[in-house]
Amino acid sequence: MAKSSLVTKPRDILGNSALRPDGAHKVQGSFEFTSDLHAENMLWGATLRSPHPYAKIVSIDTSAALALSGVQCVITADDVPGKPTYGLISSDQPVFAQDFVRYMGEPVAAVAADHPETCRRALALITVVYEVLTPLTDPEDAIAGSFAPIHPDGNVIRHQRIIRGEQSISGPIVVEGEYVIGMQDQAFLGLEAALAIPDPDGLGLHLHVATQWLHEDLTQISACLNLPADKIRLTLGGVGGAFGAREDISLQVHCCLLALKAGRPIKMQYSREESFFGHVHRHPATIFMRHHADSNGKIVKIDARFVFDGGAYTSTSPAVLINGITHTQGPYKCDNATVDGYAVRTNNPPCGAMRGFGVVQACFAHESQMDKIAAAVGKSPVEIRLINAMVTGDPLITGQIMESVAPVARCITETDAIPLPELMGQTVNELSLPGGSGLTASRSNIVRGIGWGVSMKNLMYSEGFDDYATARCTLKDGIASLKFATSEVGQGFVTLAPQIARSVLGVDEVILEPIDTQIGSAGSTSASRQTWMSGGAVDGACRLVRERLFHHVGLMHSIDPIRLVIDGTDVIDQLGTFRVSVADASEGIEISETFEHHHRATEELDENGQGNCHTAFAFVAHRAVVDVDPELGLVKVVQIATAQDVGRVLNPLSAIGQVEGGIAQGLGLAVMEEIVMKDGKVRNPSFTDYLLPTALDAPDVVAVMIEEHEPQAPLGAKGIGEPPCISVTPAIVAAIRNAIGKNIERIPVRPQDICL
Amino acid sequence: MSVIVAKELTTALTALREHGDARLIQGGTDLMVEINFNHVKPTTMISLRDIKSLRMIRTDTPGIMSIGSGVPYSVIEGEPVLTAIPALAQAARTVGSPQIRAAGSLGGNLGTCSPAGDTLPVMFALDASIHLSAIDSSRVVSIHDFMTGVKRSVRQHDEIITAIDFPIINGWQGYSKVGVRNAMVISVASACLVADHENADVRIALGSVGPTIIRCRAAESWLKTTLDLSTRSTISLDVANEFGRRAAEESSPIDDHRSTAQYRRHAISVLASRLLRKAYQ
Ligand SMILES: Cc1cc2nc3c(=O)[nH]c(=O)nc-3n(C[C@H](O)[C@H](O)[C@H](O)COP(=O)(O)OP(=O)(O)OC[C@H]3O[C@@H](n4cnc5c(N)ncnc54)[C@H](O)[C@@H]3O)c2cc1C
Repeated sequence: MAKSSLVTKPRDILGNSALRPDGAHKVQGSFEFTSDLHAENMLWGATLRSPHPYAKIVSIDTSAALALSGVQCVITADDVPGKPTYGLISSDQPVFAQDFVRYMGEPVAAVAADHPETCRRALALITVVYEVLTPLTDPEDAIAGSFAPIHPDGNVIRHQRIIRGEQSISGPIVVEGEYVIGMQDQAFLGLEAALAIPDPDGLGLHLHVATQWLHEDLTQISACLNLPADKIRLTLGGVGGAFGAREDISLQVHCCLLALKAGRPIKMQYSREESFFGHVHRHPATIFMRHHADSNGKIVKIDARFVFDGGAYTSTSPAVLINGITHTQGPYKCDNATVDGYAVRTNNPPCGAMRGFGVVQACFAHESQMDKIAAAVGKSPVEIRLINAMVTGDPLITGQIMESVAPVARCITETDAIPLPELMGQTVNELSLPGGSGLTASRSNIVRGIGWGVSMKNLMYSEGFDDYATARCTLKDGIASLKFATSEVGQGFVTLAPQIARSVLGVDEVILEPIDTQIGSAGSTSASRQTWMSGGAVDGACRLVRERLFHHVGLMHSIDPIRLVIDGTDVIDQLGTFRVSVADASEGIEISETFEHHHRATEELDENGQGNCHTAFAFVAHRAVVDVDPELGLVKVVQIATAQDVGRVLNPLSAIGQVEGGIAQGLGLAVMEEIVMKDGKVRNPSFTDYLLPTALDAPDVVAVMIEEHEPQAPLGAKGIGEPPCISVTPAIVAAIRNAIGKNIERIPVRPQDICL
Repeated sequence: MSVIVAKELTTALTALREHGDARLIQGGTDLMVEINFNHVKPTTMISLRDIKSLRMIRTDTPGIMSIGSGVPYSVIEGEPVLTAIPALAQAARTVGSPQIRAAGSLGGNLGTCSPAGDTLPVMFALDASIHLSAIDSSRVVSIHDFMTGVKRSVRQHDEIITAIDFPIINGWQGYSKVGVRNAMVISVASACLVADHENADVRIALGSVGPTIIRCRAAESWLKTTLDLSTRSTISLDVANEFGRRAAEESSPIDDHRSTAQYRRHAISVLASRLLRKAYQ
């Protein structure tokens, strides 16, 4: 269970590559992930899931399972004491299916038993009689209204248009395409897991869970359990990645229900196969775009239609849709637009948040279009993007003015300045060719292509959401302790928070208190927001503490506190010679302050898609060099060059880690990662067939960090988590097109799309 | 479940005869996956890992390299196999990840007998022979007779695969495998081509494109009648492509979530053509 950890590495302040406090443990295998948790007298929980994408539940008989020795209890929809449904935006997803199952893998019942194997047998003994129905799998059927509603809330989750500027304007250049994006999985390595421990009085419980947002989980759990929030305590378990897949509830409510019913601790953990059914995925989408441009290639107008397949339940689909359509223009000036967007309900797996959140889909479309404009006017991919690059102060198609630092042109030119990789020599390591260890090609079979992608990504939450983060800092005897509920999912906030405290307070030792719900919300670890939001909260709390420390020192030594500053680990008088170490200055006192950081308010969009809906933006450019075997359709991404608008680098090692990891994830979507569906059924729920890039697939990454401090951001730093995975995908696809001279409008690009 | 850790082959063979439902385990890289997915529930496991005789590579018989069924891929990737049977070393290198190659074996690949098993096309192209032992008998079966279908072979329950004999050829051999990523991937289509210069013979076997590994006898004999392979000149692109086309014709791939029949057939034609050209470079 989470313990306070002592962080003692000296002078790891902002700007330095402080090491992760959990890094060595993770490398050595001694880090405690949530799936490693254990409690005295613990039972195991397991979930029964629907084998059908769409069916009516005729009956559920749990008697045989209950009769099995070792089984403690079996629960179904009838056992949910509170709200029967949950959801991040719309509470439309049942804790357990009641009348209908609406996707393959939907939970129907759960058991608690003495052993995972007993659980498995018990699940097999539950008899569910289904009346199988024809699933709605084509999003266009949901839009057309040609399919009876599969949910009381209807088959269209959200429809939003954007109408901007002159609607009938066109230009001499008109290019269009219909772009198809497959369903990507977040594929975090640490599978879903939780341990629920009921209070001795049976009136509350303590849930240890791997999640992205403890407080939002708490709100949803408490409603379903019909327990006041103060009877439920959540502590963050060790999390092995998230990428959006831990925003929605998965096993939280089930685990708590079983624990309360059994009166014993319950441990639940998914297998990799179950994980594919247990969390939402990236929305598959079909995007039509038509760009009108002048003869120079300057964008005159964009027409677009977006269709996001939200699957069976709402999750974050409404927000993903808005992110998608409001990023139609990408990082380019555009005064006129007609955009129509749908997020629809189908009997496919529910889709929700994943790194890039709707912008990944939009970016693949707009970047493919930019290359078509370039070809039409005879300009290079770099020229066409520079001609159109937006700057701070430009209006977006929502009417919002771009107020963030917007170094789009700089991202492009600095990427362009990165040397290209050397051409292949006559003797090459065959493993580095497309086909890799399969030894399918010789050098003479390979052609090389270069492609570009540039993106804009909104940071933090949008559409009027009051997004904030809370942190407390306590200074005592020269040691700072920090308390926050910020989910550490691998992004490195546990590294950054002590760096902030050291920089602001001049301390060396920083203690991180357990990450739990014993303090206000930190908001979600998503939307590239925690460095800005929780970083801002920690920074704010530390500054308040520093003020009080200066006040204390000032009183003790009769100096006006306004003259005091931190110098290294000392408090000094800027105007005199006085100097005292922070450790000595804070000896015997305790100063504690809590700070809430809110970002500026945003607005909802009106019916024409107009409004200041986003908080801030970040930009990045990617150039991909890809070797292609045109005959076999196999590829090897040789190099990704990138210049990213980061505001300010707070930890170079963490920053490059985000960039390299994001690029690998974007590469996955470009050429291999896809949940393959047929008639609403998932065909490949395993790492045998859902392919993630390996070391032999990963490119060399050459990255430049563009540091133009963002005045809006508390630390000057923009979020850097999502941008790396957004425009790298279209860059890779553009490089493939460049190599083979064939238009490809679908990702992931499959071998047959290249060679047949 | 009980696990018998055999140190001697006879211990394992006796136990196997005694326990009708026992499962043999070598590297466990196939079997443990099946057990974890509850596809099999053996009550007795017989571990072959500690049987030294199954981990030997012998060259006592002239013209033959005999590889013990338990030799891991990490050994097969290197010498002496790399020089003697390069196609087998290449096939071994394509299997899984370093962890899988440190454990997985030819015995396990044959025991599973999947058409996607990477070493099987090499055995088919080289006309390898499989040594099978029971407690009171032993036999040697040609690989062509050994594999009978998808995950099916002539091995009897009480038999252990002890070794695989590979003829050493004077010529060129190569293995190529198409997968959707550059390492650690199940083959979508694969081919092993052997050019036996001494006997003026070319043999090609295909993986993942039919219920068993497929030897393309028709394409092989077409090539023999079209070209005088004893002169060992380079092979024109036209001839190679025609050879590839014919090899693909002999395949019978299916559509599944990994790929399409059309792509698999196309890939075979490309692999066969490239391998043939490489053999006579
Ligand atoms: C991540 C991963 C990646 C993989 N990648 C590949 C790949 O790229 N290519 C590939 O071909 N395979 C791959 N495999 C499958 C597997 O590694 C191979 O089939 C390997 O050869 C199995 O060998 P083993 O010793 O581990 O077999 P085991 O799992 O121990 O046994 C497999 C089967 O063979 C039987 N058996 C084992 N030894 C004998 C014997 N001596 N006599 C009779 N029966 C025996 C067992 O009873 C069992 O039925 C992969 C597996 C994993 C988990």
